[in-house]
Amino acid sequence: MDASNYLYISALLFTIGAVGVVVRRNAIVVFMCIELMLNAANLSLVTFSRINGDLDGQVMAFFTMVVAACEVVVGLAIIVAIYRSRRSASVDDASLLKR
Amino acid sequence: MTFTSPVLSYALLSPVLILLGGALIGVLVEAFVSKALRPVVQLTLSLGTLMLALMQVWRIRGEESLTPAMGSLVIDGPAVLIQGSILIIAIISIFLIADTEHFTPLPAALPGSAEEREAEQAGNQVTEVYPLTLFAVSGMMIFPIATDLIMLFVALEVLSLPLYLMAGLSRRRRLASQESALKYFLLGSFASAFFLFGAAYLYGFSGSITFSGIQAAVVGGTGNDVLLLIGMSFLSIGLLFKVGAVPFHSWTPDVYQGAPTPITAFMAAATKVAAFGAMLRIYYTVFANAEWSWIPVISAIAIISMVLGSLVAIAQRDVKRMLAYSSIAHAGFLLSGIIALNKSGLDATIFYLFAYGIATVGGFAVVTLVRDSSGEVTDLNRWKGLGKRSPFAASAFALFLLAFAGIPLTSGFIGKFSIFSAAYENGATAVVITGVLSSAIAAFFYIRVIVLMFFTDAVEDGTAVEVPSILTRATVVISAVITLVLGIYPAPVLDFITDLAIFIR
Repeated sequence: MDASNYLYISALLFTIGAVGVVVRRNAIVVFMCIELMLNAANLSLVTFSRINGDLDGQVMAFFTMVVAACEVVVGLAIIVAIYRSRRSASVDDASLLKR
Repeated sequence: MTFTSPVLSYALLSPVLILLGGALIGVLVEAFVSKALRPVVQLTLSLGTLMLALMQVWRIRGEESLTPAMGSLVIDGPAVLIQGSILIIAIISIFLIADTEHFTPLPAALPGSAEEREAEQAGNQVTEVYPLTLFAVSGMMIFPIATDLIMLFVALEVLSLPLYLMAGLSRRRRLASQESALKYFLLGSFASAFFLFGAAYLYGFSGSITFSGIQAAVVGGTGNDVLLLIGMSFLSIGLLFKVGAVPFHSWTPDVYQGAPTPITAFMAAATKVAAFGAMLRIYYTVFANAEWSWIPVISAIAIISMVLGSLVAIAQRDVKRMLAYSSIAHAGFLLSGIIALNKSGLDATIFYLFAYGIATVGGFAVVTLVRDSSGEVTDLNRWKGLGKRSPFAASAFALFLLAFAGIPLTSGFIGKFSIFSAAYENGATAVVITGVLSSAIAAFFYIRVIVLMFFTDAVEDGTAVEVPSILTRATVVISAVITLVLGIYPAPVLDFITDLAIFIR
């Protein structure tokens, strides 16, 4: 199968993630969409690695997974702190800072 | 299969290694040192680490190597200059961070809860900010010297993640502070996802993750230009977000306002230096031969940033938000140094970054001093007559504002003059004209604040200027002295930068 099909899937996943970040209101869902974007980038990396015939892209995909895990730790800490003090994880409710 | 062990030049990497080591020791201090001793131990440790790293940076100045870490990092003149600037900014910011008045005693407690009051009465302090700061600084040190996409991405995250957390630690207005942390985090990781996707496409374009490989593919012109354009634009989105250029600026005012002021000072100054350091390396070396594709876009972004930053700043009534919009305008001014794409542009950008970073830390240091019984007063209306109540704070703030405005005899004038003349050399006339005009608009609101402080009668509403602690006073005095010296007698620093600032490839 042509490897470029995986690039189309990855672009599609990335777009779904990006649209999700913009339209969804729950901080957890927004965060999941960001993770989807990171994983779409991972899929591209692995596909390019296959096309180019070397391993650099796969190595980078591993680094991305580790970084994404760290991001989850920091992100959930912040979202949980917000939820505890507001009883809501909606990004619309957080509007103390004036526009 | 043979396995070759990596060759590392520890001497050249020592500044970064010292910082990471110091940060790890800081984490251990949190675990094993008694609560009463922790603040002083952490402060000494952080300051010592930063000073030691700065000494090492000084010792390796003038050395050049493409392979300090198997081709993943590079040490050259601009690297040393950027690292030195980041460390100096970090040192004077640490003095501000040491003022515990700004941080919540127990970040995990609900705002206004009994646990929070107990922690406050027990005199708890979040000494975790010191190791977090050191981790952020080490990320910032790696970001401008990275020469492959993996290092670049990891450094970006290492510098960002601690800052997201630190933005949420404010003692007063905790809900606003947590909100700023959430916004910073969500938008920041949104931008890093774009960054990573761009990196993947650059790898697809060139078949290499190293800058030299990508550059060779750009010069060779054999690759698929569509992949290059996607990669370049998405990577640029991530970088432009970090420097806060329009249209990726929406986080800036909220985070600047909500975060504890010492963190705002550190983040505003040091992140900008690190991100522009990386941008300089990427645009001046990797993408230099594809300038036809990015110079028009970056010019447009520079122009919008300068105009929008200066115009919106006029309408701000909050001093931290005003400084945030002014930083957006400054991101535009600095981008004209990227567009210049010549040796004088490189020198000018590095000088401007250092001068702007120092003045920013100094400016926010003064903001921490103006308080009433419930914390900092950031409403500009209540800054009226500050000059009569506290000539020290008001004149220092006036000096930093004049430096932002680029008035002669301050560092800002030399910076603006050299960066605009470098951009003009490369034919970016539109950017230079817009830059000069928006500097004039910006000067209006900087000078309005000075008039407000010195020539308006004070209102009696309990706003007072705190007698600065010795550390905060040190920050203000050091920043003011550097700002003045760079304005009056910049020649040694300019010569030093000109001698060193040459990228090796």
